[in-house]
Amino acid sequence: MVTLEDYGTFETAWCPGCGNFSILSAVKKALVGLGLKPHQVLLVSGIGQAAKAPHYIRANVFNGLHGRALPVATGAKLANPELTVIAESGDGCTYGEGGNHFLAAIRRNINLTLLVHNNQIYGLTKGQASPTTEEGRITKAQPQGVPSAPFNPLAVAVAMQAGFVARAFSGMADHLTDLIQQAVSHHGFSLIDILQPCISFNLVNTLAWYKKRCYALPDDYDPAQWEPAMKTAMEWGERIPVGVIYRNKRPSFEDHFPVLKQGPLVGRGVDQKKVKQILGSYA
Amino acid sequence: MTDRSVNVVFGGEAGQGLVTIGQLLAKGLVRNGFFIVVTQGYQSRIRGGHNTFSIRTSAEEVRAPQETIDLLICLDIQTRAIHGPELSSQGLMVVDSGWEGNGLACLEVPFKKLAAARFSNILALGVAGALIGLPEEVVGQALEEFFIHKPPSVAGENRKILKTAYQWTEGQPVSFPKLPYPSHPGRRWMMHGNEAIALGALSAGLKFFSFYPMTPSTSIALTLSPQAEAMGLIVEQAEDEIGAINMAIGASFAGVPSMVSTSGGGFALMVEGVSLAGMTETPLVIVVAQRPGPATGLPTRTEQADLEFILYAGHGEFPRAVFTPGSVEACFRLIRKAFELAELAQTPVFLLTDQFLADSYRAIDPFEVSDLSPVRPGTEWSGPVASYLRYALTETGISPRLLPGRSEHLVVADSDEHTEDGHLTEDLSIRKQMVGKRLKKIETLVRQVDPPEFSGDTKPDLLLVTWGSTRGSVLEAAAKMRSKGKRVGTLHFSQVWPLVPEQFMGFLKEAGEVVCVEGNAFGQLSRLIRQETGFQIAKQVLRYDGLPITPEFIIKAFEERFH
Repeated sequence: MVTLEDYGTFETAWCPGCGNFSILSAVKKALVGLGLKPHQVLLVSGIGQAAKAPHYIRANVFNGLHGRALPVATGAKLANPELTVIAESGDGCTYGEGGNHFLAAIRRNINLTLLVHNNQIYGLTKGQASPTTEEGRITKAQPQGVPSAPFNPLAVAVAMQAGFVARAFSGMADHLTDLIQQAVSHHGFSLIDILQPCISFNLVNTLAWYKKRCYALPDDYDPAQWEPAMKTAMEWGERIPVGVIYRNKRPSFEDHFPVLKQGPLVGRGVDQKKVKQILGSYA
Repeated sequence: MTDRSVNVVFGGEAGQGLVTIGQLLAKGLVRNGFFIVVTQGYQSRIRGGHNTFSIRTSAEEVRAPQETIDLLICLDIQTRAIHGPELSSQGLMVVDSGWEGNGLACLEVPFKKLAAARFSNILALGVAGALIGLPEEVVGQALEEFFIHKPPSVAGENRKILKTAYQWTEGQPVSFPKLPYPSHPGRRWMMHGNEAIALGALSAGLKFFSFYPMTPSTSIALTLSPQAEAMGLIVEQAEDEIGAINMAIGASFAGVPSMVSTSGGGFALMVEGVSLAGMTETPLVIVVAQRPGPATGLPTRTEQADLEFILYAGHGEFPRAVFTPGSVEACFRLIRKAFELAELAQTPVFLLTDQFLADSYRAIDPFEVSDLSPVRPGTEWSGPVASYLRYALTETGISPRLLPGRSEHLVVADSDEHTEDGHLTEDLSIRKQMVGKRLKKIETLVRQVDPPEFSGDTKPDLLLVTWGSTRGSVLEAAAKMRSKGKRVGTLHFSQVWPLVPEQFMGFLKEAGEVVCVEGNAFGQLSRLIRQETGFQIAKQVLRYDGLPITPEFIIKAFEERFH
């Protein structure tokens, strides 16, 4: 039996009232709900306040560089596919610095879960625009207003026919927990873009702002349909849909490597006879 | 003919099949017991331009390329113009009939009459083979193996052309001195530097290799990819170099020996990852095949100008080791050592090569691999789960490395400064302890240093100091100087970091004069030696025009500048 206590309790460096707290709690509940033991789980993150989340969960952790959680997670998953790998970071880390890795992870369809704490602002560096900040928003670093259009990770992921594309809201805790369980269980790449308030630096997209707008996708919504999913991914404004927007069953990245059919690479020795044979072909 | 060796150069446009025939002739030579040193010159384009494939060969050991040409096979008219003046006194040029020799010794081959245009490279191969006296069967067998995956008729057709070339050439009144055959031909392999790196890595237990294509490192990936399934490894072409190094770090953290390869510009992108490996104490092998920079530089040429970049790449301070093999055999041996050391000290280890060595085929004595043991990542830990500390402070600075998911122990790694259990900390006293812990590992690296190789006269009048691929040319230049009565020694560094002055200061002090020979403009090894020992190497022979240093280049520098 796995319990919440197995995943530990830690003192955090987050602001009181931060959306990170409910995401942290949902991740732990989801892991317990899936019956995963801490040593079976690897949490990988980049840099930022969201990236600290793995430090507050008792599991295997690799807290790496800004924007680089996904390649580290990909390498670790390929070395040992038996690990449940979750990459967790913020919107700046994942969509800004890590943009190319985000696209590559979707293309690879590597079997891991990406949780993005999306508060539409850079919190740790104190309030600059992030890739998801709305156009025209005035910040200390963008006093004339943000000059670029916001990045829509869901629309991009659906456009690329990603494996599992979902949006969540940190204020809908049980719904979020359920989505994380679905994402981890999905065979292939799963993205959950989690809307969360930044109580210190985003005074527009507040908890109340999201609460007024976020609605769960109805039961009869079919995430297997690409065109409606594309439309749903674009829906943003007075009403913001949360739930599984798109689901696409296709082989995961690891499925393409015959060497992984015999189990993980980790722990395997070297057949020097085969090396000798290969060397012999240079005669 | 120079010192009983022959320098055969094929010249032509990219796309004319130059490399194929060069490889086939080289293979034939190696199989008959000849030694070879291949130098490939090519341009940054897919078709056209001007490329060369040069084979210096001899029945006795050769270690360096040669600048003068004994047999120049011109597949295009440009080759005649560019390389004609480089013919040696007894040199011969092979051209298409009607091109004229410009007064140089010349064999005009009626290419169009003998075969269809698409076979002209095979014709050229046959003419070259016949001129140097390599039996037709030898070249023919290599040719058949080359076409083994094509319908048999393809090999048959090519074989016929080869025969035509041999018959035609043997009927010509031209005489080219036949190569003296080896008296005791050894069984050797033909391999270039990058192949030796890839195969050495396989024998060391490489399980994860990620890369982004970049000349001249790409052939490492091309050597590994076809073996991935049989050898149980994953080769992944990453989205960029940043992805490549971070992926390899993730794989290594999860417990498999991992490697990346690139060249200077790609390595520039990898640098933050180097610091990550240093901070998280993740073993990682990084191969950098140098080419001239800065920026895109001369993408397909050679240089040894990234030594200082590799020595200091990364922010902050952490231990590293840098290997600089001087031969194909050393590529194999030192990449293995790089894996062992990376695992032992849990830190990034570099192997620095360059375009010349990367592409340079040699005849090498077979490696015995059956008794070579692979690297075993991670350690055993019998303590209770709660007491495992990934970054435990130890006497040696080396902490027990467990692998995530392989036991109930939890492994926590962090790029932030961290506590012994791997969690980020702002406690500045821990910071100091952790820096101390990581730097202590330098002692382990120092104990393992591959000492520089001294050869030649002891207490010489002249000591030639060098590193990396320049080794062969320095050895041959020294031998030549010795044959003229000068007392000359050589000192070659196959590892440039850490430096252990006790290993080499004696040689420097005992020599009448010390001259550093390097493929860069700053004299980077000279600077490093002065920085670490205070010993000033005043004179240098430096080359940075994109071509490898040759024995002639060194000797000419002495004749022109030092005497």
